[in-house]
Amino acid sequence: MPGAPLRTARDIRDAVSSGHASAVEVVQASLARIEATNRTLNAFLTVAGERALERAKVVDREYRTAPLAGVPIAVKDNICTRGITTTAASRMLETFVPPYDATVVGRLEAAGAIVLGKTNCDEFAMGSSTENSAFGPSRNPWNPEYISGGSSGGSAVAVAAGMAPLALGSDTGGSIRQPASLCGIAGLKPTYGRVSRYGLIAFASSLDQVGPFARTAYDAALALSVLAGPDPHDATAAHEPVPAYTAALTGDIRGMRLGVPRTMLDQGVDDAVRTCFYVALDVLRSRGAELIDIELPHAKYAIATYYIVATAEASSNLARFDGVRYGFRAPGTRDLKDMYEKTRRLGFGAEVKRRIMLGTYVLSAGYYDAYYLKAQRVRTLVRRDYEQAFQQVDAVAMPTSPTAAFKIGERVEDPLQLYLTDIFTVSANLAGLPAFSVPCGFTPDRLPIGLQITGRPFAEATLLKIGDAYERDTQFFNAQSSAI
Amino acid sequence: MAERLTRKDVDRIATLARLELGDAEKDLFVRQLTEVLEYADQIQAIDTTNVPPTSHVLSSTVVDRADDPQPGLTNAEALANAPDPSPQTGLFRVPRVIG
Repeated sequence: MPGAPLRTARDIRDAVSSGHASAVEVVQASLARIEATNRTLNAFLTVAGERALERAKVVDREYRTAPLAGVPIAVKDNICTRGITTTAASRMLETFVPPYDATVVGRLEAAGAIVLGKTNCDEFAMGSSTENSAFGPSRNPWNPEYISGGSSGGSAVAVAAGMAPLALGSDTGGSIRQPASLCGIAGLKPTYGRVSRYGLIAFASSLDQVGPFARTAYDAALALSVLAGPDPHDATAAHEPVPAYTAALTGDIRGMRLGVPRTMLDQGVDDAVRTCFYVALDVLRSRGAELIDIELPHAKYAIATYYIVATAEASSNLARFDGVRYGFRAPGTRDLKDMYEKTRRLGFGAEVKRRIMLGTYVLSAGYYDAYYLKAQRVRTLVRRDYEQAFQQVDAVAMPTSPTAAFKIGERVEDPLQLYLTDIFTVSANLAGLPAFSVPCGFTPDRLPIGLQITGRPFAEATLLKIGDAYERDTQFFNAQSSAI
Repeated sequence: MAERLTRKDVDRIATLARLELGDAEKDLFVRQLTEVLEYADQIQAIDTTNVPPTSHVLSSTVVDRADDPQPGLTNAEALANAPDPSPQTGLFRVPRVIG
């Protein structure tokens, strides 16, 4: 690779726009990095190298002044890409080639970005470690024996390992923020409705949201300005105006009121995470933010609520995988019902089956009121907690994950224990709020830790501004692991 | 720990979900789903009298658009990913419906 690689989307865009680099050179450098590291890290399931180079030539000819000119991008494999296999990390879709692009992919390409390929994730985005991928786990660039986090683990690894400066993930209960935290990069879950879901393979439709991974707050802002906005193909994509996100990054957070739900850190949070979190708060306070203790009384019920709502919606969404119109079909079956049942037995992995079963149960006659409807009522209470908090504060600060990455294989036997690690992330999905995870330190073993800032609906600019201000006084952004 | 779910329950749910399970999977799910449901039961203690359910978080009003026909997938595109397409008829083929 000639010279120092361009590491951020902003640097690449500036170099391509000014003629100091070509998109072809940038893509070649990314492909070389993938070639050198993907065998170890398993971040990409599909590398569309030739297509990316062809596209780079077009960008060099026609898109040099576009906002993401020449920026290589990694796309989570549950987001449809026309002509590029899209598996959702499932045997069920191992050979599926979408006939259309997700809106987010179209918007990025129209802005001059170049899709490098498709990244590994937990099957149908169900999991927190990518160990539920049918194609093996992704590995953490800071220590390949450790998980990448999930479900969008491959996208987080691609950015953290320098394969791509930007990546797309999806976040239903933390699937962008948690892997961003565990891999030491920035990850933004936008407000529900901020970004189109058209072409995202649905997991839980009232919770799913697409968002970017980046090495800096500026790059996350740059990506969101391209991704956000209404879409005729998605009625839930909001018509809210899209502000100039990068212009909000002034570094000035004086007088900003930050809520801290301290009692949530009393139990189950690793010492290193707690220490880094409080040090991060000091940094923000020294920049002029005001810290205010708040309570989110129903946050402790968020995981129970989430795993009822999300699995119910998943059981309905995944009914479409029936071996008829696309995807896998079990061979040699007796009749249609036998075909459905065997196709789903062989096509889905264990976690997906577990969630389909749970979701079917909580929706079934006799249990609907006690579980699904009850959970929807508690969801209202979780939302109201935030509404109340936002009367006093501009944003809420929490750790992103109660622990750093754990070793691959360590928790596969105990799904409930893994669900409990989503404590800090699921409530933003239940309430539909934007939340931004930024790197805020390391454990003594040199594994990254993340700080999460949650905001009012459509207040992404506030979160990006806080993240950017924090970045200016710390050294954790754009860090590079020496382990790979 | 009393088993909240029995093998019979797991069979019933699997039938509803059109999902065939092996014996080992059934045993595993009886145990794991029981654990998750017992954890989830903590929400039963919350007073939700007069609390409306949230099914989605959208606050904005429904946006209408003109109902103009747009180009969609061609028949060949729609069949391209099918496990057993019938290009002559333009249909998806399935095993017999009545056993």
